[in-house]
Amino acid sequence: MNFLTKNSHAADAGISRRVFLKATAAAGAGLTLAVYTGRAAAQAAAGAVVDPNAFVRIGTDNTVTVLVKHLEMGQGTYTGLPTLVAEELDASWSQVRADGAAADANVYNNLAWGPAQGTGGSTAMANSFIQYRTAGATARAMLVGAAAVQWKVDAASITVKDGVVSHPSGKKATFGQLASAAARQPVPAGVKLKSPADFVYIGKRFARTDTKAKSNGTATFTQDVKLPGMLTAVVRHPDRFGAKVASFDAKSVSTIPGVRYVIEVPNGVAVVATNFWTAKKGRDALKVEWDPASGFKASTSEIFDEFRRLAKTPGKVVRNDGDAAKALVAGGKRVDAEFVFPYLAHAAMEPLNCVVKLSADRCEIWNGEQFQTADQYAVAGVVGLKPEQVFIHQLFAGGSFGRRASSTSDYVVEAAAIAKGLATAGKLDIPVKLVWTREDDMTGGYYRPAYLHTMSAALDAGNNVVAWQHRIVGQSITEGTPVASMTMQNGIDGTSVEGAANLPYAIANLAVDLHSPSVGVPVLWWRSVGSTHNAYATEVMIDELAAVAGKDPVAFRTALLSKSPRHRGVLELAAQKAGWSTPLAAGNAGEKRGRGVAVHESFGTCVAEVAEVTIDKDDKLRVDRVVCAVDCGLAVNPDVVRAQMEGGIGFALAAALHGEITLEKGVVQQTNYHQYQVLRINEMPVVEVHIVPSTAAPTGVGEPGVPPLAPAVANAIAAATGKRLRKLPFRLA
Amino acid sequence: MPTFFINKDRVDISKDVPGDTPLLWILRDDLNLTGTKYGCGMALCGACTVYIEGQPVRSCQTPLSSIKQGSDITTIEGLKSREAQAVQAAWSRLDVPQCGYCQSGQVMSATALLARNKRPTDADIDAAMGGNICRCATYVRIRAAIHDAAKSLG
Repeated sequence: MNFLTKNSHAADAGISRRVFLKATAAAGAGLTLAVYTGRAAAQAAAGAVVDPNAFVRIGTDNTVTVLVKHLEMGQGTYTGLPTLVAEELDASWSQVRADGAAADANVYNNLAWGPAQGTGGSTAMANSFIQYRTAGATARAMLVGAAAVQWKVDAASITVKDGVVSHPSGKKATFGQLASAAARQPVPAGVKLKSPADFVYIGKRFARTDTKAKSNGTATFTQDVKLPGMLTAVVRHPDRFGAKVASFDAKSVSTIPGVRYVIEVPNGVAVVATNFWTAKKGRDALKVEWDPASGFKASTSEIFDEFRRLAKTPGKVVRNDGDAAKALVAGGKRVDAEFVFPYLAHAAMEPLNCVVKLSADRCEIWNGEQFQTADQYAVAGVVGLKPEQVFIHQLFAGGSFGRRASSTSDYVVEAAAIAKGLATAGKLDIPVKLVWTREDDMTGGYYRPAYLHTMSAALDAGNNVVAWQHRIVGQSITEGTPVASMTMQNGIDGTSVEGAANLPYAIANLAVDLHSPSVGVPVLWWRSVGSTHNAYATEVMIDELAAVAGKDPVAFRTALLSKSPRHRGVLELAAQKAGWSTPLAAGNAGEKRGRGVAVHESFGTCVAEVAEVTIDKDDKLRVDRVVCAVDCGLAVNPDVVRAQMEGGIGFALAAALHGEITLEKGVVQQTNYHQYQVLRINEMPVVEVHIVPSTAAPTGVGEPGVPPLAPAVANAIAAATGKRLRKLPFRLA
Repeated sequence: MPTFFINKDRVDISKDVPGDTPLLWILRDDLNLTGTKYGCGMALCGACTVYIEGQPVRSCQTPLSSIKQGSDITTIEGLKSREAQAVQAAWSRLDVPQCGYCQSGQVMSATALLARNKRPTDADIDAAMGGNICRCATYVRIRAAIHDAAKSLG
C-alpha cells in the first residue's frame, strides 16, 4: 500500500518528540515497559489512564518479549522490530521473542500514518526504527538502574552485553534476575540511542523468530483458531459484484446434519455449522435467488474498450513540465505505445478468514490483522459497540500482499455481521469462524485494478528524449473509502500514479494525466500498488527509446539520472554484478537469449533488476537469472532484505507470466490455481541480491522488489527477439 | 467404524462422520492437527500434504471413505524421521519460510523426496516440489535448503 509514500521516507520525521514512558510491575511478571508517543503521550502525561500495553516485556524467566504492532505476513517484521529492541537493550538474541500487539491506535499507531494502526506501504521498519530502539534503550537503563541500587555501585560503571548485566567488581545478573526490581525504577526520559558504530545486531543477519514454528506446523494462523463451542461459517456470495439477495430457502439446507444457522449478510447468505465441511456442503446446497436488476454485468473486454475510449481524451493533469505536446510534434523519432494490465488477485496461500466472538459489551476478533483501526471502527458499526470495545487478537497471516488491509474491511465486516446475526437470534458469546474457500477468495474481488496506459515519446536529432506524454486509465483504489483523505489530492489518487508522476528521468517536456473511471469491480492495493503498472510502462518505454536511439539501455538511463544518485547507484551495481558489459552466453541450438534491465523507486526504496531469459524454438520463455540491487537505507537485517527481494521477484514473475482475472458478463472466470496460475518452483530463476551499503534511515523492503521485475524481463525478451510486449501477462506466440 | 493410526496413535473415527469428508478436515476440525493447511481444496497447492503408508498425498482430495482401514497416516506434527530433522534444520539455517502457511506441505514433500533420493538434482527437486505452491516465492531457499539437508545427511 502506498498511501504513506510521502511520509515513509523520513523515518523519524513522523515521530513525536513527546515520548512518555510508563513502567508497570505486575506481580511476578517482571518489567513491562510501555513507550507512548503522540496523542497517548499527551494523555499519559496528563494523568489519563492509558491502556497498559507494552512494547517490551522482560520476564523473571529471562525472556524478552517484543510486542510487535505490525502484522507478520511473511515480510519479517517479527524479526526486524525485535532486532531494534535487542540492539538497544543489549539482549541475547536467544532470549528474544516476538508477539503480536493489541489493537490500540493510541499506543500502536503507524507513525507514518498518523492516528491509525496498520501495516502497509512498506513502512513497518521505517516508522518503528526510533520508537522500538527507544523502548529497548529505556528498558536497558532501568535494568542498569536496578543493578546499581542492588550492587551499590555507580550506574555508569555497569555494562550490558549479550543479555548479561555486569560490573568490573565481578558482579553479574541476568535480565530475569533484575526484572522485578527494574520495574520499580523511575522511567528515564531522553535515553541516548547507540551510534551505528556500536551496533551488534542492526546490519547483521540474525535468525528469524518465526522460522521454527513455521517449519513444524505449530505457528498459529487464523485458520487454526479453535475456541470452545466455535462454529464455522461459509458464505454464498453473488456471482456478480454487488448483486442483492432477492430470497433464499433456508429449508434447502436444514436436512444437513450439523448445519445450525442460515444468516443473511451484506454480501450474501452465510451457512453456520459445526465444522467447515458441513458449512461448505450447506453453502453449496443453499438455494439463493438474486435480484436480476442488481450486480455488475460487464465483461473485461468492455471495460478495456471504455478505457481505450477514455484514453483518447485528456485526463486530470498529474504533472506537466514544459510542453510535451509541442515537443512531440517537433521531435524527430517518435515512439507510441499502449500498455494493458489485467485485474490481478492476491491469491495468498491462506484464504480469507476471521474469527469473531460477540458478547454484550465486547467483540473479540482473532485475525491476521492488517488494518486494526479501520477494522475496529467498521466492526463497531456493525455490532453496535464502540471501536475500543473491539479487541483484536493478532495472529500470523498466511500472506496478504495487501488483501487483508481491506479499504472497506469487507471480510472482517462479514464475520461481524454473522456474529451480529447470531446475537439477534439470541445467541451471544458463540465464537464463529468465517472461512472463505479458495474459490470465494479468488472470485471475491478486491483485485489489483486493470489499467490501460498510452504513451508517446520523442527523440531529437541527437537522440535526446525531448518529449514524454503518459496517460493512465484505471480505477482509483481509494476514492470513496475511509483512507481517501490520505491518498487523494485534487481528485487524483496518488496510488494510481505513483512511479509515473515521479519519473526520475530528466526530461524537459513531460506530461502525465489520469482518468479514474468508476467500475463495479472492487479493487485494492496489491503488493507495490501503482508501481505494479507504472514501473512496467515507464521502464519498457525508456528501454524502447534507448533501442531507437541505438544506445546501451544502462548507459541511456544513467545519462538521464544525473539528479537521482540512488537510482544510478542500484542501476550501476546491478549491471556490474550481472556482468552487463560482457556478452550473454549463447543458448542451445534454436534458442534465443536476452538480457534486460529496469530500475524503479517505490516506498522510498530503489531497486534495479537485470533479467536473463531464454526463449526456445516453441516460443517458450524461461527466466534464467535475476540480479537485483537494492538501496533501502540501512539494512537492519540484510538476510530479510534478500528474502524480500527474492520473494518479490517470484511474486512479480507469477503475474508477468500468468496473472489475469477476467470477467464474462460480470462473472469472474478464474476460480482456483488451475485457472489463475501462480509461480511454481520450476519457474523460479536464480536470484542474486546485492544491498547498497547505506547509513540513511531504513526504508521498506516488502514491496519494492516487485516493480522492476516484469519490465526487466520484457526488456530481456525484446533484446532476444525484438518483440516489445505491451500487454500482461506475457504471450510470446 | 474407520480406524487409522495417525502419528502412531490409534484413532477411531465416529460413524457419524460422512464418508465424503476430506481427511484434511478430519485432521484439522476433529483432531486439532492444524499444522496441515487448507489452501485450495483441489490438490493444486500441496499445503495439505500428509503421508498415507509413507506416500505423500493431498489430504484435501482424500475422502474418508477412500482410506484403507488401519492405514498409517503421518502429519507434520508426527514427522520425526532423520530426513525430516535434516529438512527442518536446513529450513532454520536458511530461514526458508516467509508467511509460512505453505511450509508444512513443503517440509512434508521435501522430506519424502530425501527419503527416496539421497542426492536430488535441481530437476529432481522441480519434479518433487512442483506441486507445492509458495505465494511468497521462497523457492530459491527451498531449493538451497533441500541440497543443504541432503548434504547434512551424508
